Amino acid sequence: MTLTDDQNRASEEPVVTELPENVSIATEEGRKLAEQLADAAPHAKRLLEVRNLSTQFFTKDGTVHAVDDVSFELDYGETLGLVGESGCGKSVTALSLVRLVPYPPGRIVSGEIIFDGIDVMKLSNEEMRLLRGKKIGFIFQDPLTSLNPTLPIGFQIAESARIHLGVSRKAAADRAVELLSKVGIPRARERLGDYPHQFSGGMRQRVMIAIALACDPMLLLADEPTTALDVTIQAQILELIRSLSEEFGTAVILITHDLGIAAGMCHRVNVMYAGRIVETGKVDDIFEHPQMPYAWGLLGSLPRIDEERGTRLRTIEGMPPDLINPGPECRFSPRCAYVHDKCREVEPELSSRAEPGHRARCWATEPGGWLNGSQ
Amino acid sequence: MAASEALTPQAAPAATPGKELVQVENMKVYFPILAGIFQTVHGHVRAVDDVSFEIRRGETLGLVGESGCGKTTTGRAIIRLRDLTSGRVRFDGEDLSTMSRGDLRRMRRRMQIIFQDPYGSLNPRMTVGSIIAEPIETHHLASGNAKIDRVKELLRLVGLNPNYTNRYPHEFSGGQRQRIGVARSLAVEPEFIVCDEPISALDVSIQAQVLNLLIELREQFGLTYLFIAHDLSVVRHISDRVGVMYLGKLVEIGPPSAIYETPAHPYTRALLSAVPIPDPKAERRRKRVILTGDVPSPANPPPGCRFHTRCWLYERLGRPENCREVEPELRVVGNDHRAACHYAEEALKSDVGVARVGEEEEEFTRFVPPAPPTRPAVTAAPAAAAEIS
Repeated sequence: MTLTDDQNRASEEPVVTELPENVSIATEEGRKLAEQLADAAPHAKRLLEVRNLSTQFFTKDGTVHAVDDVSFELDYGETLGLVGESGCGKSVTALSLVRLVPYPPGRIVSGEIIFDGIDVMKLSNEEMRLLRGKKIGFIFQDPLTSLNPTLPIGFQIAESARIHLGVSRKAAADRAVELLSKVGIPRARERLGDYPHQFSGGMRQRVMIAIALACDPMLLLADEPTTALDVTIQAQILELIRSLSEEFGTAVILITHDLGIAAGMCHRVNVMYAGRIVETGKVDDIFEHPQMPYAWGLLGSLPRIDEERGTRLRTIEGMPPDLINPGPECRFSPRCAYVHDKCREVEPELSSRAEPGHRARCWATEPGGWLNGSQ
Repeated sequence: MAASEALTPQAAPAATPGKELVQVENMKVYFPILAGIFQTVHGHVRAVDDVSFEIRRGETLGLVGESGCGKTTTGRAIIRLRDLTSGRVRFDGEDLSTMSRGDLRRMRRRMQIIFQDPYGSLNPRMTVGSIIAEPIETHHLASGNAKIDRVKELLRLVGLNPNYTNRYPHEFSGGQRQRIGVARSLAVEPEFIVCDEPISALDVSIQAQVLNLLIELREQFGLTYLFIAHDLSVVRHISDRVGVMYLGKLVEIGPPSAIYETPAHPYTRALLSAVPIPDPKAERRRKRVILTGDVPSPANPPPGCRFHTRCWLYERLGRPENCREVEPELRVVGNDHRAACHYAEEALKSDVGVARVGEEEEEFTRFVPPAPPTRPAVTAAPAAAAEIS
């Protein structure tokens, strides 16, 4: 729900008529961003660094710690998966990156987001809009509610090009045609005047991707981009995201609850649980030797298409915890089959495992832990 | 005659596996398209178009396909929640399609449905107890304390606290609500349950819980399921046979080993190749066919084979004429395995889409989690570690 609200908010924002150069730059970080956009400043070493990000929602029942002390980074052109069940904080993490968390009730309470060397938290709202769209594109789960039903899709694609690239109406329309054919919509020029309802679900998602890519962003945030689609259409859209990201060198943060999609699309994966990253590493490490009982449970509870008829799936008993005032214990401990007293007292840090870059939040699989070396 | 038979209690139906419980013969379900100010009929959506199959007693038949392929309509028409345009459904030898309302109501005691949406399918103003008791009252199965005991027993059976009878649906999570739906369908001790996407709306770890419950109940009561889902992995996990639908037609049916390992219809192969596998290495070495375009409208399906507009095999074979002109029959292509494709033999030869079981194992080490310790050993760290390693 927060998602759609947010998208509406984004699309209702007053249209910036000035060209990017005319946007009033108020902050030091904004100046850096403007220079970068004008190709006058060098790029940073890493595309994205998130440090100790916490986002909370202040509700009448208490403070919900939706994203709690999350840190990760992302290289240029890399595809990172954020996986987890509903309510684990993966969508809120993505919204926080572009400061689209609905306020009230939500707020980023602490943490740093460094995007291409720019401290996102220090940008003014106006400068923030330069970053969104131009440098970061979005695709959301439900293309029907993310597109404006009262505007032709040609306008919606061209809008972003006109605002951010400052091109003429004619050039923007040409850009829209180019993008539509790139995302595989046949007879692109004829369809510019069509409205969202005249497209099928898969086609609408293609239009969303075209809008997201209108300004050649460096990062694409894809929040469950195929959840509302059928498997054959899902395969088309994933293939499209993969090929476009390779062609343009766009980095992708792919949010999904489907481990199969993460396995096929991502270079690295962050597994999230109850607002925390509980495991992170290269995709092969996560799937071949996961280091966190929650990841084991997720993998074990999936029936697989390449597996004979089974009798019983492993399940994770119980339900995810309430994120209002979480205690000091490991958040997975109430559902963990391998729990020890220590887990109920102190939450472990995200600590390194055998493979480079592979880290997990679990006492049991730490060196010296009671499940270490069991694989 | 129908009435007397339906009324005899069926605590544990005599196990005669292999014999048909449900026979669907040339089922057609068309929906009229109304248009204009006078709402005149301007054509029909052919949701289910000439489908025949049977469900054997004690088996689980999985029905898969993309949205709009007619799988849900098929499931509902079988228990006559939808009227058939033409064709026939026999349940245990009796023709449901011409049965009177009264006879049908008695017959419904033997067949039930579990719906997809755990939020929309439970009346928010009724307590859980009255939701589950309703079918018991309708069919006069128990009253008074016996009814209350029965409701509690059902709650226990589906893994819910039996003292929750006075709670309302909103107090439960999605997975628990689906359990309530299961309890309601079990209340009349049915033989046959249509499971219409029963786990699609749930989270991954909760899906597994409900799936396990359905499997346990099937074994405990000898139930026959029609399991409708779009998730092919789930269907493989639970089914004895699998049917694949496309645009109102049954295009392939057979045992899971045939459907998943040697599929004979190009659509089945394409569908399989689109399913992601949670295994990065398998994902990288798979041969995919990405179908182009969308599913055509069921109001105006393509002539000949309905799949030919998107078929990769049709392209590969140089667009043969009979795919465009002759509608393929569902024909036998293997042991208990039928497919509706003129070129099923060609499709069988290809290796498109199949994710093989247990091949190239040296490349991928499948992760097996350590066995969880037995419950009391929570604090006994050294013992647990030894046991696991």
